[in-house]
Amino acid sequence: MLVLGITLTIFLVVAGLFLYAVVRYRHRAEDADASREPSQIFGSNQIELSWTVIPILIVVLLFLATTRVILMTQSIPKPASSMDVNVVGHQFWWEYSYPKLGVVTANELHIPVSDPKKPTPTYLTMTSADTDHSFWVPRLAGKMDLIPNQINTMWIDPQQAGLYLGQCAQYCGVQHAKMLIRVYADSPADFAAWVAHQKQPAVESADPQAAAGRAIFQHNSCISCHTIAGTVATGRFGPDLTHVASRETIGSGAIPNNNANLRAFVDNPEHFKPGVLMPAMHLNDKDLDAITAYLASLK
Amino acid sequence: MAADVPVPAEMAQAATTHTAPRRLVLDVLNDWVTTVDHKKIGLMYIGYALVFLVVAGIQALLMRIQLSLPNNDFVSPQAFNSLFTMHGTTMVFFVGMPILFGFGNYLVPLMIGARDMAFPRLNAFSFWISAFGGILLYFSYFGASGLYGAGSAPDVGWFAYAPLTARVFSPGHSTDYWTLAILLSGIGSIGTALNIVATTICMRCPGMKLSRMPLLVWLYLVTSSLVFVAVSPLTAAQIMLMLDRYVGSHFFDTQAGGSAVLWMHFFWIFGHPEVYILILPAFAFANEIIPVFSRKAIFGYAAMVAASVGIGFISLSVWAHHMFTVGLGPGANTFFVLATMIISVPTGIKLFNWLATLWGGKIHFTASMMFAIGFLFQFLIAGLTGVMLSIAPFDWQLGNSYFVVAHFHYVLVGGILFMIFSAFYYWFPKMSGRMLSEKLGKWHFWIFLIGFHLTFDFMHVPGVLGMPRRIYTYEADRGWMIWNMIISSGAIFQAAGTLLFVYNMIWSYFKGPIAGPDPWDAWTLEWSTPSPPPAYNFAEIPTVASRRPLWDLKHPEDPDSNYE
Repeated sequence: MLVLGITLTIFLVVAGLFLYAVVRYRHRAEDADASREPSQIFGSNQIELSWTVIPILIVVLLFLATTRVILMTQSIPKPASSMDVNVVGHQFWWEYSYPKLGVVTANELHIPVSDPKKPTPTYLTMTSADTDHSFWVPRLAGKMDLIPNQINTMWIDPQQAGLYLGQCAQYCGVQHAKMLIRVYADSPADFAAWVAHQKQPAVESADPQAAAGRAIFQHNSCISCHTIAGTVATGRFGPDLTHVASRETIGSGAIPNNNANLRAFVDNPEHFKPGVLMPAMHLNDKDLDAITAYLASLK
Repeated sequence: MAADVPVPAEMAQAATTHTAPRRLVLDVLNDWVTTVDHKKIGLMYIGYALVFLVVAGIQALLMRIQLSLPNNDFVSPQAFNSLFTMHGTTMVFFVGMPILFGFGNYLVPLMIGARDMAFPRLNAFSFWISAFGGILLYFSYFGASGLYGAGSAPDVGWFAYAPLTARVFSPGHSTDYWTLAILLSGIGSIGTALNIVATTICMRCPGMKLSRMPLLVWLYLVTSSLVFVAVSPLTAAQIMLMLDRYVGSHFFDTQAGGSAVLWMHFFWIFGHPEVYILILPAFAFANEIIPVFSRKAIFGYAAMVAASVGIGFISLSVWAHHMFTVGLGPGANTFFVLATMIISVPTGIKLFNWLATLWGGKIHFTASMMFAIGFLFQFLIAGLTGVMLSIAPFDWQLGNSYFVVAHFHYVLVGGILFMIFSAFYYWFPKMSGRMLSEKLGKWHFWIFLIGFHLTFDFMHVPGVLGMPRRIYTYEADRGWMIWNMIISSGAIFQAAGTLLFVYNMIWSYFKGPIAGPDPWDAWTLEWSTPSPPPAYNFAEIPTVASRRPLWDLKHPEDPDSNYE
């Protein structure tokens, strides 16, 4: 606000002077001395000094205000009540793990809403598995880059429950645009329930089609990239699918999570996200239906 | 000799209709290809830049069509990523740099009373190697076959952050075309910069002390010196990238312990001074054009020189303000906040001096001056949003968003391109011997001004609403569509204005009124030569006694030398 005020004032004053000069000193053909050159003025040290010193004072003011905010954001001690999440950026999805809670998930980040009286900020410890990415949820905080071989940290502290949207803000390849972020700030009770559910291994559905889908999943190369806790699938290259059906979207926020979209995505991932790293598995219709049923059962 | 031999009439007829015109074209071509004349090289730089300006402008239009609606599929994601990479790379390296070097090449020797540059052959070499770089970049559309198949232009972004450029992530040859094109254009830029510095130091006419040089020449001296310091690290980084890609070194190869941040440092120690390399020549044009059309000497010559040199030095210490979100820590962030804010002081001094030059003058609203006044207003706004972005916490929020895209287009289009248009209206008569149409020029100004403000004023808004740059599409529920529609509609006005400008140049070249040596009643040495100037520029090398030699000639009763 201070910044906006200062810059707006400077703009109004200087633009006003320019406008005045341009109108007041325009050449008028009807003037008596129109053909004479105006008086030539070569400069003035006092004036130069004044429009050097005043901007320097403004810069000092802005700099001090800025430094204060930088230190308040980046150098305050981490409270004991905070929660930790490790974030790993991938082409083109987000991996979230909660080291203290033993939960791993992808693309949809759940955090407890913070009570101003007893704040529970979430500290994100970030790195990248491949190219540079940047975590940006505009309503929660500024952005922070995820860079391979480097650990960055940032914190967020939402005080209102709800869904916060964001997306990758550092160009990372073909599908940079569909590397969306969804942050759910849950009430403490909802969050505890979510954690308890996520800690469970994958549900074993009694539905025969889902069981068939599980077999197909485990006999194809799905398992080299995806983890489904409690099964032989332990790949780390793609998102963890243990509770994929509990998410609202698939493809890192690209499309709503429903059976039709799931089936279309497995059939041809390029259809929704051209350039996605998941290959089409060329399954027949029966296998596709079974896989879809299996994934949809992973509540 | 040929005249002595009687030639049958029909044979002579055949000779004139068939061989003579062909000879003429070849002669002209030969003349331009082998020339070492600084004026012809300057014009070739300008012409080459104008072609690429239109090409990169069309790329911008295609991007604006794609973004005007959410989830649009006008172009594929791969094509969109190539478009913004090629648009940025082309505009910076193959439009901005050559057009400014073109004007510098043309004007610097004329303004200091020299007959050519210090190294005419190096000058030709620099031009042709830069031109080759640009053509190589565009050859990637046909030749860059790799794992993506043929015809994939570079798609790594104009700052090509590591490790996206590593072979794992960019397996085709498109990135190699990008690297080699930048490498070649960099060699050309360094050659021309060296030439301008040597020319300015060694070739001034008698009486032209450093303190009597036109401000344009001073600014070209600063900008060329910056090119040495800034372009060299970029060239080095391109070589390191090539080594990474083909020899197995690991400078930027993060999969083998290299550093992504190292590339950012290399790139931005070039990239930010580059902004000043581009804007200082725009300041240079303003320094010549604003006084002439205000009918007053520039206010505060010494302060202007000091501010220009100051900007040159400070611009070398601000690069990491592009890296506030990289995690450099509060210490480094604070330093670069301060350095970035300080550069606004000399920049402000320049604006105030231009204001004081207008003050008390008799302002003539030619097309050239209208573009210059547009520049003053827009550069003021660009400078202020720049100060806002220098505040790191502000940048954490708005960096890499459309707010930044709006900010730097305000500088590059609202500042630099407006001044380039202004320079065309001002110096075209000198270069071609004919005036540009003032009427079309004013239409061009107003149409382009409307388009510029529709596009770039409204582009700040989606940035504040959270729209990041370089996305090929966006979701409908984010509320960005209306803003993107307005932005795209402005692009149409800008394209129309540019078309009008191109038409004006072609029409005026053939049909415009004859300019004469000094159509603007100006004061610097280039206006003492015929339009266009002969190959040798000056029949007799002039001697000057002040900063405005033609003022002294026109006002012998009140010469400037009394006051300087």
